[in-house]
Amino acid sequence: MIHWPFIAGAYAIALIGTLGLTGWSFAAMRRAERDAEALRGER
Amino acid sequence: MHIFANPARFLRLARPLTAWLGWAGALLIAAGLGWGLFLAPPDYLQGDTVRILYVHVPAAWLGMAGWAGIAVASLMQLVWRHPLAGIAARAVAVPGAVFTFICLATGSLWGRPAWGTWWEWDGRMTSMLVLLFLYIGYVALAEAERERGGEGRLVAIFGLVGAINLPIIHYSVLWWRTLHQGQSIGLGRSSIDASMLWPLMVSALGFTLLFGAIVLMRMRAALARQKVEARMRRMAA
Repeated sequence: MIHWPFIAGAYAIALIGTLGLTGWSFAAMRRAERDAEALRGER
Repeated sequence: MHIFANPARFLRLARPLTAWLGWAGALLIAAGLGWGLFLAPPDYLQGDTVRILYVHVPAAWLGMAGWAGIAVASLMQLVWRHPLAGIAARAVAVPGAVFTFICLATGSLWGRPAWGTWWEWDGRMTSMLVLLFLYIGYVALAEAERERGGEGRLVAIFGLVGAINLPIIHYSVLWWRTLHQGQSIGLGRSSIDASMLWPLMVSALGFTLLFGAIVLMRMRAALARQKVEARMRRMAA
């Protein structure tokens, strides 16, 4: 059995999952902090 | 811990720490995975499939450590009513669920060439699957509680009770000897050769630091949303 497709699949899942989670969390943080700043500016 | 109960003090520390943890984690992950993929030797028995170790073990560690974090934060929320504890526990839930899923998926990809099967109802695998279901239940319950405007006590109790699964996962390889291998790394001892252990440690540290950065990002987002909601309520009144 050739092992490399299994290794590549495992690394792809781990990296896509980690990068996706990081990007999503970063975007949500930036959006929420921008909204809070904008509201403070309206005061 | 109590000195960080103040959100303003927490944010002063969290803002620079998010970037530091994020970049240090990313660099260590790149180094650990590069080392594991291209420099570490193949296993004498499993061959190159052992390289899945460098993503599978950090994911398993973070899935379990995530719930341990939820349990500690839930206890702080229930006992000391720490204002940030509930936010911290909820911020850990989604990253913990993602890493538990990564652990299960990479384990399945490792199992096919190593054991000849994608899945087995083995004690370790089944208890990790239960952990994933606990995370999904926790996220759903926390969202329902938020919409209801509750204090989150029920969510905190769920977080504490769910921690019962952690020793079951840990000791499953001793209690039910089936397919999954026994414990290879313990405090002060390891049955893994140093040539494989070091890249694993670097990778695990990298993923842990990045996990910390992700939790801080989610906590900052939750605090900012709370601020906006409070201001909107004041403006509407």
